Amino acid sequence: MLEFLTDLWQFMRARKKYWLFPVVLIMALLGALLVLGPGSSIAPFIYTLF
Amino acid sequence: MIYILGLSAYYHDSAAVLLCDGEIVAAAQEERFTRKRHDADFPVHAVEFCLGRAGISLSEVDHIVFYDKPFLKFERLLETHLATAPVGLPAFIKAMPVWLKEKLYLKKLLRDSLSELARCEVKDLPALLFSSHHQAHAASAYYASPFDKAVVLCLDGVGEWATTTAWLGEGNQLKPLWQINFPHSLGLLYSAFTYYAGFRVNSGEYKLMGLAPYGEARYVDLILEHLLDLKEDGSFRLDMSYFNFASGLTMTSKKFHRLFGSEPRKPESELRQRDMDIAKSIQVVTEEIVLRLAKTLRKETGVENLCMAGGVALNCVANGRLLKESVFKNVWVQPAAGDAGGALGAAYIAWFQYLNKPGMAAQSDHMQGALLGTEYDDEAIEKILLSENMVYKKYETEALLDVVTEYLDKEMVVGWFQGRMEFGPRALGNRSILGDPRSEEMQSIINLKIKNRESFRPFAPAVLQEKAAEWFEINIKSPYMLFVAQLKKDKCVDDAAADCVQGFARLKKKRSQVPAITHVDNSARVQTVSAESNAMFYRLLTRFEKLTQCPMLINTSFNVRGEPVVESPGDALRCFLKTDMDVLAIGSFVVLKTEQPEKKPVPVYDDKTGEQLVNDVSAKQLRQFALSTGIMVSLIFGLFFPWLAGSKMNTSVFVYSALWAGWGLLLPKTLTPLYNVWMRFGQVMHKIMTPLILSIIYFVLITPLGLVMRMFANDPLNRKLDAAADSYREQSQAIKADDLEKPF
Repeated sequence: MLEFLTDLWQFMRARKKYWLFPVVLIMALLGALLVLGPGSSIAPFIYTLF
Repeated sequence: MIYILGLSAYYHDSAAVLLCDGEIVAAAQEERFTRKRHDADFPVHAVEFCLGRAGISLSEVDHIVFYDKPFLKFERLLETHLATAPVGLPAFIKAMPVWLKEKLYLKKLLRDSLSELARCEVKDLPALLFSSHHQAHAASAYYASPFDKAVVLCLDGVGEWATTTAWLGEGNQLKPLWQINFPHSLGLLYSAFTYYAGFRVNSGEYKLMGLAPYGEARYVDLILEHLLDLKEDGSFRLDMSYFNFASGLTMTSKKFHRLFGSEPRKPESELRQRDMDIAKSIQVVTEEIVLRLAKTLRKETGVENLCMAGGVALNCVANGRLLKESVFKNVWVQPAAGDAGGALGAAYIAWFQYLNKPGMAAQSDHMQGALLGTEYDDEAIEKILLSENMVYKKYETEALLDVVTEYLDKEMVVGWFQGRMEFGPRALGNRSILGDPRSEEMQSIINLKIKNRESFRPFAPAVLQEKAAEWFEINIKSPYMLFVAQLKKDKCVDDAAADCVQGFARLKKKRSQVPAITHVDNSARVQTVSAESNAMFYRLLTRFEKLTQCPMLINTSFNVRGEPVVESPGDALRCFLKTDMDVLAIGSFVVLKTEQPEKKPVPVYDDKTGEQLVNDVSAKQLRQFALSTGIMVSLIFGLFFPWLAGSKMNTSVFVYSALWAGWGLLLPKTLTPLYNVWMRFGQVMHKIMTPLILSIIYFVLITPLGLVMRMFANDPLNRKLDAAADSYREQSQAIKADDLEKPF
């Protein structure tokens, strides 16, 4: 995850699109709910709570 | 020795290529092994084959190069939605899950897949590099070409942002010149018409190209006036109000349908004259754009050699036009011009640019005839034939060539499985179905009884290189079947009655001495064969010419509709058995359909698109299920809810949870029914929650941000057409060698 965040930050710097950082980060965090996927046994708990 | 592994994966046409000191050792597409057409999964089998061919393990590979920059692609996806919100929700919901689950973390995904394949720790893997999509295409065209100086034109749907790029290759350097960015794409324009004509996008484009000769170019002006603004230099912008691919789930918009007067043709419905006219019109427009771009490149650089790659470079009619117009002295097109070839280009970039190795000596064919895939010896083939109880005969090479030639002369259809499998979409004489092109019936026989496909598409001729110019208007080598040329007039048959016939009936009229390979406009997709490009196939063609005075054969890929080209002897045998093919010439063996004692059952491949089954569950999974659900129940009902209600924590929940977990740990198999019900419930919840979560992201985050961007007149898609501008080309940024280390 640390490597992903480092790459993401360097990407924003190289492209000079810092405004993308929070967008991608929020999407990645909310996307973590999707990462649980249909194959995880704790997914129904998380989905229900959400 | 330095080994470099190039990979393409996760979009379509996954492939792996292995270079050893800059020379191609092996290359293969994953679809051939998995039997799943255009397979996009990580190319496990292709990588295993490449490493096996070189006799090395993954740890002995020095660099692994992926053919795409995932962060840049995600940026394009995100900015496209920002530019089009709030109308793109369905496309957002469709595209995002795979990005948020996998593609955004592509580095990890690749490393995990590679370490699983090599059975090693991630830290022990070779360095991972990333080329850009068009850089990989350009490299696959330039470094594999016979030139030491050339301009390169890459045209495809879209990579990261670029859809059209121009490059200058000199020695070992490949420098970007200019580009046109998404959504203004010739590949996507052609795909939009493919969709509108009722064919499948990303695979039906060649059908549209095959349909074009039946039509009249009635809609060219309509396309040029409304759908795009084409500049003199060949650069263009699409009027995006006619298209829906940027933010929707279809290629064309209602405005497009109104312009052409009807909804898109339904797949598999009857093809009408207007579909043919539309196919012809977009073909003419495509050729015009390619020609203008090529002329601009020639004029501005003065270089006389042109290389091409990208999906549009597989449009062999446009390539043939380039040759005919003599814009460049020499034209070379990468045979694996699509995404599979990106694996080769990515590997080449690492060798020549990252490692700065000197350019290769100019030679005729670094691609080795594209015969870079798997091969099977007679022992392996005979084992398969024996296991299927086939009746067969074994021949020495000369006798095999004689007997196959005789069968072909008797108008029998031959499955020809020899040597190494081809890399790229075309079968070039090692995994081919062959027939006699002089036969008037052969077109229909192979199309309907064997390939099981539409009868309007012509076959390609494989012709002896030294005889090609006697039969076709072609004066170059075309070993990869990438140029269309007209049949010589003296080989055509003057049939006045044929002119009165319309539509597909035209194909049934004899137009030449070789009707099975002649399209209705007397053109053919020529493959020239030399002893250098494919020795065994060359000898077969020579025999056939000696017997018949016809120096060519029908050469079509060894597969049936909807399946990839055969890879193994088993694939070849299955394809042979389930079609009306007469002869199978496989290695040193010949199998005749008539000699088989009975019709053999053909194994059916599994459809790999089904959902994960939850019936076959391991004890480990069940224990994890018991433990994780026990913990979750304790946390939610024992701690969270009591805390929410301001009451004391509920200790009885912990006891029940512990009992539950203990039960699962001791007697896991007894939980199977409960596990299955729970997982089904999870799948249902997943299907409901995924679009819900993504809709929230879309309306709370993407849409407001997109609206703010528009307030400041910021359009990342550059959709505004500018009639006063001379060009829509954009200067490309210079690429440094160490850019390869970044996934952006």
